[in-house]
Amino acid sequence: MSESLERGLNKLRSQIDPQVRSFFSTCVHCGICAETCLFFTETRDPRYTPIYKTEPLRKLWRQEYTFWGKLAGKLGITDPLTEQDLADWETLVYDGCSMCGRCSMVCPLGIDISKIIFKVKTGLATAGYSPKDLAETTQRAVDIGSPMGVKIGALQAQIKHIEDDINLKIPIDVEQADYMALLSSMEIMYFPEYISALAQIFNHAGVSWTLCSEAFEATNSGLQIGNTEVAGVLVERIVAGAEKLKVKNVISPECGHAYTAIRWEGPNFIGRPYSFKVVHILELLDELQQSGRLKLAGMETERLTFHDPCSIVRRGGIDSEPRNLLRSFTENFVEMTEHGTMNWCCGGGGGVNSNERAEPVKLQAFNRKKSQLDELDVETIVTSCSNCRLVIEEGLEANDMDINIVGLTEMLAEHLVDGTAH
Amino acid sequence: MGSIIDGSLWYFSLTVFVIGVVWNLVRIVFGKRKADFSIPRDSAVAGALRTLISRFIPDRHMLPRISLQVVAGYMFHLGLFVLLFFAAPHVRFLDEHILGFGWSPAPHWLFIVSAQFAFLGLIMLWLHRVINVVSRLISDRGDHIAAILTFVVMLTGCLALLETFNELRLLHRLSVELWLIYFPFSRLMHAFTFVPSRMFTGAWFGRRGVGS
Repeated sequence: MSESLERGLNKLRSQIDPQVRSFFSTCVHCGICAETCLFFTETRDPRYTPIYKTEPLRKLWRQEYTFWGKLAGKLGITDPLTEQDLADWETLVYDGCSMCGRCSMVCPLGIDISKIIFKVKTGLATAGYSPKDLAETTQRAVDIGSPMGVKIGALQAQIKHIEDDINLKIPIDVEQADYMALLSSMEIMYFPEYISALAQIFNHAGVSWTLCSEAFEATNSGLQIGNTEVAGVLVERIVAGAEKLKVKNVISPECGHAYTAIRWEGPNFIGRPYSFKVVHILELLDELQQSGRLKLAGMETERLTFHDPCSIVRRGGIDSEPRNLLRSFTENFVEMTEHGTMNWCCGGGGGVNSNERAEPVKLQAFNRKKSQLDELDVETIVTSCSNCRLVIEEGLEANDMDINIVGLTEMLAEHLVDGTAH
Repeated sequence: MGSIIDGSLWYFSLTVFVIGVVWNLVRIVFGKRKADFSIPRDSAVAGALRTLISRFIPDRHMLPRISLQVVAGYMFHLGLFVLLFFAAPHVRFLDEHILGFGWSPAPHWLFIVSAQFAFLGLIMLWLHRVINVVSRLISDRGDHIAAILTFVVMLTGCLALLETFNELRLLHRLSVELWLIYFPFSRLMHAFTFVPSRMFTGAWFGRRGVGS
């Protein structure tokens, strides 16, 4: 057995906790989870069945934790996990699962399949079985601080453009601010209007905020690839930045996995609670709106819908906030048939969008979202995740669909009474 | 042979069943878990209880795609439940040999309907397992053994209704004993582990403020 395989197997062993034992003991292989997964529904390939993606961990559990597995081991008739198993499941898990967690919502036995798939990822990543692109972005995140290689200079250049454009100062490294905002590389490079919107909204509502030059990147490639050690290192950078500036709150941006990383898994990655609170930008905007600190004017009249980012809504609980906000400045907001916690994923979460190899299956999976959009006949899609936004833009382009897609924060900023657009 | 089946093998199988089930549950419920350092948005306990109940009802949008598993699953489980706890011979057996008290058994017509539901449900689920491309891929030997053993228990149970033949009653009892011995080491454990499984997941979603 190679050293890397041994490391991977040890990592997988460390993932077998009471929850996993209860999940594997409970699964009756009914196959219901297949129908919840857009990679299965759009390809009809049974290997994309969510519970099948957990097979490496289940195999190990069966061999080392069950009576029959142990008996087979004693009799020398066991079928151990091999390098080939890991290689086979690498493509299934990284290319054919966006970690959307829809399967976990529907399993009649309550198995959190998505959580087990993440555990499988940790074993695969440790054994060196992960997509080259994701491994590279993870390395860049560790070396440079951003998966896309965005350095503080690039951010400062964007900020300069934005400040000139909106005639507002964007605060950096302000100590004891109430809020420290994080950004995703995609927002900095592709959707800087998010930063502009933040500045306008916070200026309007009188929110004390700052960016941190040493900790502005919210994305966490460690989470995407399943390397919890790297995930911890990246979270520690944010914690160090927030603690250095002595801020009270950290704002997670419009990025799904970043929210999971900093809000929910971050404290566990680093093994301690934070000294500050983490809020998602939509939670904060909803709170500002509810407390009357946002004065909005004008209504969007076009027919529009909201795409729920899985990590923010289904796995993050921020379901009512975007809807409250949208209803305050739209007249023709319609829901997709399956929305909120039962939304269908865009197909690009969980690192799929950063994995070039997964491009064909990702586009095939997008057909599910296309069907939802075809039913609605909307002019605009609003979302709150820059990754979803990019994936949907590509999907719309590939399918020749003439629909606009915008970020919620950015759309809200356009309705501020003293905003730049009104 | 009859005295072994009615005596020592019965006590042995019952002991294996009880100790096995309790041991499995204790390891799951009291096993060491990592602390969650994130600040909850909502109650984990409420989430656990909500999911424990809510997963009895399939999502309405999903239902058309999973109707066979849901309908057959309910037919089998409800039918088996009525047979197990309300068939007259079982009520009498539980009263005389285990609990020391009984209750009104199901009327004959309900017994017949329940048996038909249970058989039909189990056969449909098993056929789905071997025919459906997904179920066939993910099923293993344990799934088939559990289904066949349960089928044999139900079949011998029906045969045992012909109470004039003691051999048929013994056959049923022997199949039940094999089933009880196999239970804690098999997928049949889901009859108990579904509770912690749903509650673990519900608590996780509950902390995050997600209604699951």
